[in-house]
Amino acid sequence: MDLYQELILEHSKRPHGAGLRDPFDAEVHHVNPTCGDEVTVRVHVSGDGTGAVLEDLSFDALGCSISVASTSMMAEEITGQPLSAATTKHAAIKSMLTSKGADPGDEDVIGDAVALAGVAKYPARVKCALLGWMALEDALAQAGHALRTADTTTSQPTTTDHRDAPNSTEGTP
Amino acid sequence: MTATHFTEAEVARIRADVAILSRTVRDGKTLVYLDSGATSQKPARVLDAEREWYERFNAAPHRGAHALSEEGTEAYESARSRIAAFIGAQPDEIVFTKNATEAINLVAYAFSNATTGGGGGTGDRFRIGPGDEIVVTEMEHHANLIPWQELARRTGATLRWLSVAEDGRLDLSDLDEVVNERTRVLAFTHQSNVLGTVNPVRELVARAQVVGALTVLDACQSVPHLPLDVRELGVDLLAFSGHKMMGPMGIGALWGRPEVLDAMPVFLTGGSMIETVTMESATYAPVPQKFEAGVPNAAQAIGLAAACDYLADLGMDRVHAHEMMLTERLLAGLAERPWVRVVGPTDTTDRGGAVAFVVEGVHAHDVGQILDDQGIAVRVGHHCAWPLHRKMRAVATTRVSVHVYNTTAEIDAFLEALDRVPEIFGVG
Repeated sequence: MDLYQELILEHSKRPHGAGLRDPFDAEVHHVNPTCGDEVTVRVHVSGDGTGAVLEDLSFDALGCSISVASTSMMAEEITGQPLSAATTKHAAIKSMLTSKGADPGDEDVIGDAVALAGVAKYPARVKCALLGWMALEDALAQAGHALRTADTTTSQPTTTDHRDAPNSTEGTP
Repeated sequence: MTATHFTEAEVARIRADVAILSRTVRDGKTLVYLDSGATSQKPARVLDAEREWYERFNAAPHRGAHALSEEGTEAYESARSRIAAFIGAQPDEIVFTKNATEAINLVAYAFSNATTGGGGGTGDRFRIGPGDEIVVTEMEHHANLIPWQELARRTGATLRWLSVAEDGRLDLSDLDEVVNERTRVLAFTHQSNVLGTVNPVRELVARAQVVGALTVLDACQSVPHLPLDVRELGVDLLAFSGHKMMGPMGIGALWGRPEVLDAMPVFLTGGSMIETVTMESATYAPVPQKFEAGVPNAAQAIGLAAACDYLADLGMDRVHAHEMMLTERLLAGLAERPWVRVVGPTDTTDRGGAVAFVVEGVHAHDVGQILDDQGIAVRVGHHCAWPLHRKMRAVATTRVSVHVYNTTAEIDAFLEALDRVPEIFGVG
């Protein structure tokens, strides 16, 4: 089946940059209540405003191949990047995953994560693929760097579900 | 004589009654539905009964005196009688609810109301507070756990539980300690929706009776699958859902011993559950009406009665024999695959046709996706039993659950499709 591309299996077996690291400005723990997938994400940001840079993004993911691979791709794609780039990529992947297949994703913007385009055809799995990215958004907000994606079209129940989940967020250290 | 499973020709006839089983999914693949533990598929007789209600009888039961209301009331009450008969009960012992979840909440809130002096119940049996204990088991569905957690929180009572052993059966070594003179209620599942384990109801009830605790049985996974008589079980209250037994969604029932239901305070209040009403207060109707506030799901109740008739005509002993034959084949097939770990009993002794398993190294969501790609519907996740999954050291499991319309060919198709999992994920 086309969902499980080699790239996804590779990322899920050997997640890029896995393991929680210091220093960090915020740590969040998100769960997918329907299946028990869990991810802890730490972010370390330097600078402020337009000069802000995501110096480090570390994570510990426990879940299906789609959620682990997506989180791994996220770490690979945005660690060390300016927050403005993280914002763009975050919006791009959300758009692709919630497009029901209409948005094939742009490799130049989201890198390996285009391999997740097939997930959009399986609504039950979209949450899995978004888990790490939603945790990132939350962690950055807690670190005082809200992602200003300004898109309403991609806001979907995933966000609410994560926030409503028990222990979905364990504040900043 | 021991009941026999259905022949291929008999199953073919049953399948012909259930239209959805002949549809295709995922680009024309034959649907193999192995998720009846979540919800079962419905025969035409059930759908016809619901439709007939709206075409012939639709009126608010127990209200008004016109012809439709009279006939509608009769149809609704006839449904109650047939559902009661299906589990060996009297009609007035059946309270319609929307499902087992609501039935269990009804009981938990009855305790709550008794404790705060509301609900019009009598007797101390339902009063609960600090020092009292509520006992459940570690294998409960959230529907038979969270209502009791909340009751404990509201009243100050303590929630305790019987643990589950490695083999997926209850560890009863500390039964006498956990269920003690402080225990006010013992709520447990008849058959685990994850492990398939059928619990020793009589042993648990016997202990509860020694200490005077009320027993509440979650029979969601047993009423649809095995012959059951409420008097033989000996419990005080029993809850089940219609949609898991070939009936419609939106209807379930709470069965209770008459004296227990009589003494129990009400939960939902409003229209048609009253005896007299003034601006200050109200008195309540006899059981079961006092528990059925508002216009009921009459069409669904009638659909559920049709499902009971359908299953009774097939013979519940044969339904059970058929499902056990399928389960045995399924367990044998899984045992041949060393990369599979069955979570629950590995033989058919005291177990039903819900079989959960883990493919080591592959998340259940991924297993389910591979199966789904081949048209096979199973459940993945924690199946609303998260604490049990933690106990069994599984983040999530894949669950196959059978019903009377499943075939040996479907079990074989599932096993064959499962073999793609280690191929794709490089495990095993």
